[in-house]
Order: sequence, then C-alpha cells, then structure tokens
Amino acid sequence: MTTESTDITQALRASRKASVPLARLGYGTAALALLAATGVLEGYELFLASSILSYAIAAMGLNVLMGYNGQISLGHGAFFAIGAYTASICIDHFGVPFAWTPVIAGTVGMVAGWLIGKPALRLEGVYLALATFGLAIATPTVLRSDLFSEWTGGVQGIFLQINPAPDWTSLDLDQSIYLAVVGYFVLFSFLTLRLVRGLNGKAWIATRDNPIAARAMGFDITRAKTRAFVFSVLACSVGGALQAVAVQFVAPDSFPFFLSISLFTAVVVGGLCSPLIGPLLGAVFIVLVPNMTEEIWQGGSWAVYGGVIIAIMAIQPRGLAGMLGWTWNKLATHTND
Amino acid sequence: MTFFLEQLIIGLSSGGIYAIMALALVMIYKSTGHVNLAQGEMAVFSTFIAWTLVQMGVSIWPAILLTVAVSFIGAIVLERVVIRPFAKADDLVLVAVFVGLFLSVHSLAGAIWNYEVKPFPSAFSDGSINLMADLSIRVHTLGSLLATGAVLTAVWFFFRYTRLGLALRAAADNHVSSRLVGINVSVMLALGWGLAAGIGAVAGVMIAPVTFLDPGMGLAPLIFALAGALLGGITSPFGAALGGLIVGVLEAMVSAYVPYGIEFRELIALMLILSVLLVRPAGFFGEFMTRRV
Repeated sequence: MTTESTDITQALRASRKASVPLARLGYGTAALALLAATGVLEGYELFLASSILSYAIAAMGLNVLMGYNGQISLGHGAFFAIGAYTASICIDHFGVPFAWTPVIAGTVGMVAGWLIGKPALRLEGVYLALATFGLAIATPTVLRSDLFSEWTGGVQGIFLQINPAPDWTSLDLDQSIYLAVVGYFVLFSFLTLRLVRGLNGKAWIATRDNPIAARAMGFDITRAKTRAFVFSVLACSVGGALQAVAVQFVAPDSFPFFLSISLFTAVVVGGLCSPLIGPLLGAVFIVLVPNMTEEIWQGGSWAVYGGVIIAIMAIQPRGLAGMLGWTWNKLATHTND
Repeated sequence: MTFFLEQLIIGLSSGGIYAIMALALVMIYKSTGHVNLAQGEMAVFSTFIAWTLVQMGVSIWPAILLTVAVSFIGAIVLERVVIRPFAKADDLVLVAVFVGLFLSVHSLAGAIWNYEVKPFPSAFSDGSINLMADLSIRVHTLGSLLATGAVLTAVWFFFRYTRLGLALRAAADNHVSSRLVGINVSVMLALGWGLAAGIGAVAGVMIAPVTFLDPGMGLAPLIFALAGALLGGITSPFGAALGGLIVGVLEAMVSAYVPYGIEFRELIALMLILSVLLVRPAGFFGEFMTRRV
C-alpha cells in the first residue's frame, strides 16, 4: 500500500496543479447533465437513475472508509437500512416532506454510527470485517422483530405515500424524487472531494498506510478513523433514505445480508480510492447486474459478483475506475507520441 | 427443571455443530492465518455432495467419508487456484477475495442443486433415548455431540503431538522462518485448507438433518461458530469447541427465557463477537499475539 499512497499523493498534487479550472468545468458539466436528465428520462428510467445515484452516495462514503482509511466493513447495509427506516417513519408517522428526510436520516445514522463505531473501531483489519459481517447478518432479524412493529411495520414493512413537488414546478413524482436525489448526490460529491483532498484525507491515508508514523507526525489516528467511519455511515444512511423514497416502500427483506455485500462489491468493483467515478460505476454495477441476471438464474447476481470481485482483485485492485484511468493514460501517451 | 434440561440439550446439540464449524475456522486460521468467510458455504456445498451420494443410493456413512475426502481435495485445489495468487496481498484484498469466494460457492450450490429445501438423513438411527421421566435426547443429538468430541480430540492431538501439526502451526506463524528450517510452507497452506474443508463437511452433515438442506443454510451457523471461535480463542481448538458449545447453550437459553429472544439470536452473536474482541481479543484460551512495530 505504501507505494500506492505515494502514487495517490503525487496524482493528487499533479491533478491539482494542472487542471483545477478544467476539473471544475468537468464537474459543472456533469452536474448539469444529471439535471438535464430529468427532462430526458421518464418513468422507470428515472427510478433506475435515482436508485443508482442513491447507491452511489452510499458507496462514496464506504469508499472513504475502505479506500482512503483502509478499514474493512461488510456491514454498511445496516446503516443503509437505518437511513431508509428513519426516512420512512418520518414520512409515515410525521408527514415530513420527502426531500428533508435524508437530513434527519443522516443525523440518526451518524449517532448510530458513532455508537457502533466507537467500540468497533478498536478492531483492526479482518476483525472489523468480522464484526461488521455479524452486523449485516443481524440486521434483517432485528427489522423483522415484533418488538418495533408499531414503527417498522414488522414483516409487512411500510408503504410510503409521497407527494410530488408543488404544482407550479410542473414536475411529476418520479421527476421530483430524481431531482432531490441529484441534489444530495451533488452535495455528497462536493463533500467527499473536499474531505478527501483536505487535511482529513491526508490523515486518513496516513492512518491507513502507517498508523505509527501517522501518530508520530501528529495525526490523531483514533479521531481520523472515527471521522471516516461516521462520514461513511452518514453517506450510507442518506443513500438509504433516498433509496426508500425512490422505491416508496421499505420492508426487512429489502435489507438482507446481501445488501451489505452489494455495497462492499460496489466499492471494490468501482474502484478503491477513486472518490467519485468509482462509486458511481460500482452503483451502476450493483443496480444493473441483478436486473439482468435474476431473470435468467436466481443466484445469478451472487455468481457474477463473486467472479467479478475475484477477477478484479487479481487483475486491477483499483477496480473499474482504475481500468478506466489506465486506458486513459495509455491513450494520452499514444497521442503524445 | 425438565424444561431447563430440554433447553440445555437443544443448546448442546446446536452448540456441538457450532463447535465443529469453529474447529474448521481454527484449522484454517492456525495454518494460514486467515479467517475464511466462505467456510459456512463450503460446508453447505460439501453437504450437498453427500446428499447427492445418498440420492444415488450410497448409504450414509460411506457417503460422509467420501464427502470428507472430496472436500479435502476440492479445498486443496481451491487454495491453489484461487487463494494462492493473493498470498502476499493485504487484508482488504484478502477479505474481498473471501467475499468473492463466499458468493461464488453459494451461487454454485444454488445453480447445481437449486434453492428448494431438502431433507437430509441422519447419520445415526432415528428415535431417542430416555434420560429421565419425561426427558429424552435424540440419538442424532447425542451422535453429533460425540462426533464433535471425536473431531476435537483428533484436531487437538494432531496439532499437539504430530510433526505435521507442528509444521502447520509453524507455517502459519512465520512463513520465512518455517521455510528456513525446511518446512514446505506451500504444502502446509494447502493442507490447512483441505483439513478445514473436511471438518466443515462433518459439521454440514451433522447440522443438515436438523435444519434441512438449502444453499442459505450456512450463514447463521457461521456467525455463531465465529462467535464461538472468538470466545474460546481462534488459536485454540479446545477453546473454540468450548466456545461453540457455550454459544449454542446461550442461544437456546436466550430463545427460551428472554422475551423476543428468539428474534434477536443473531444480535446476541454479534454482541458476543464485539465484546470478546474488545475485552479479550485473544479469547479465553487463545494465545496473545504480540507484534513488532
């Protein structure tokens, strides 16, 4: 990892120096394109896009935790579920407008993340993965419990009654939801980039690569780990809230153990340490693959995930984004010759 | 009192199975230093092989023996082909590979044998033995406890008293030094995987008659076995087996006596894992690992 980190810092430095205005132009165009899609896509396509973007938000957070801070979580589906259920309860019981639910979900998620993260973060590497693996397996059973069924709807779950944006906007329901999702996606892209490229990012990378040296240099590594964990949980619960709004339904079976594995897959397949492109590609992957394979074969998406994860680890540990970057560099050097 | 004893027997019978699974985890950890997340799925896959053999008309004991042999060889091949290329990788890559393996084995079992729940014959005779007035224990329960005991003794004896066991322990502890004293580390790693898969197969054929057989069967036992292994110490076969038994009894007691307990069994396993890792990371009987900084 050490050589990789110097790669990253060098790449960061280079990209900053050379192409700040160019990058900003790129981000702006991308954001505008996402907004413009509201008019182009319709119905089910808008729903798919909302789904992909909300998973991408969750994957961005998890990528910060796993890619930049090097901590392994197999259980972030639990926080995705906490976000989704918080949003659903807010809408169902308190009539909160759907666009505000991610804020509440994020707050609740951060508290939960801090409570679980504080003890869990004393674990390292494989052991944190094991503990969160347990969290992922325990989540659906807790949601299914009769104990909280008054709030969670038990096995039945909650159907959400969501109101579209006011009439003067002339947006239908799918469009209003999509626009809200895009808003949060842009916000989280900005936050992630700021955090990763700022002092926090340096602290995370240093903690990942050499905790002792990081501490010697004056980084508070416990705080760095906790921050990365809480940010990842925040992103996952906001992603979960948006996903619940997009589907307009939550139930224990929407958050199986497999969801946590899907989020993990999105980060690994998309590309570790690629703050935006990686999670986005990963989210596209985990939304589209089950869509395509489940009709052919029930366990198909498990098989594809499993095969692709092992293949990616063997060929290009930086995932799809890494492959994209590699191709880009090859093309660039060729044109320079 | 009878109710309590009944629960105790239920607990011991599932605990016995967790204990064998925990032993499989210990086996891989002691010989390769990895925690195999796919252990449960591999055990289920082995059980399906045994099921197929039984369907083909092989009687149950030869079927089990054959399954253990096939699992042993299959796992060695798996280690060679899939795990070996990642030998020098860091934790994140390894965990990702194990997750990939977990998913692949699971879906392969689903593809070959589909997701229908299948009954599985017990290796022991049906019926039960009367212990007291209205307390009886199923022969299968007793049998799987005895099987646990036998496997445990064998594993303990193997690691403690054989040259091969010592070599396996050394290989896990330090690849370079082991190589310097003439241990073939590469063979040891493969052997560790093979033995773990064999033990896992035993766990699978013991648990399947109770829970019935389907591809999702391995998940819950894995988490309890993990809790057991960590509780007893993942470096100690005896500790892990005891931990598995304790977790099984705890699960049964909580399900029976705590309101809503049966719904929160997995959560208890999680709490147990967290608290053990925080309070005494080496478990009760494990060796403390010290690391050079």
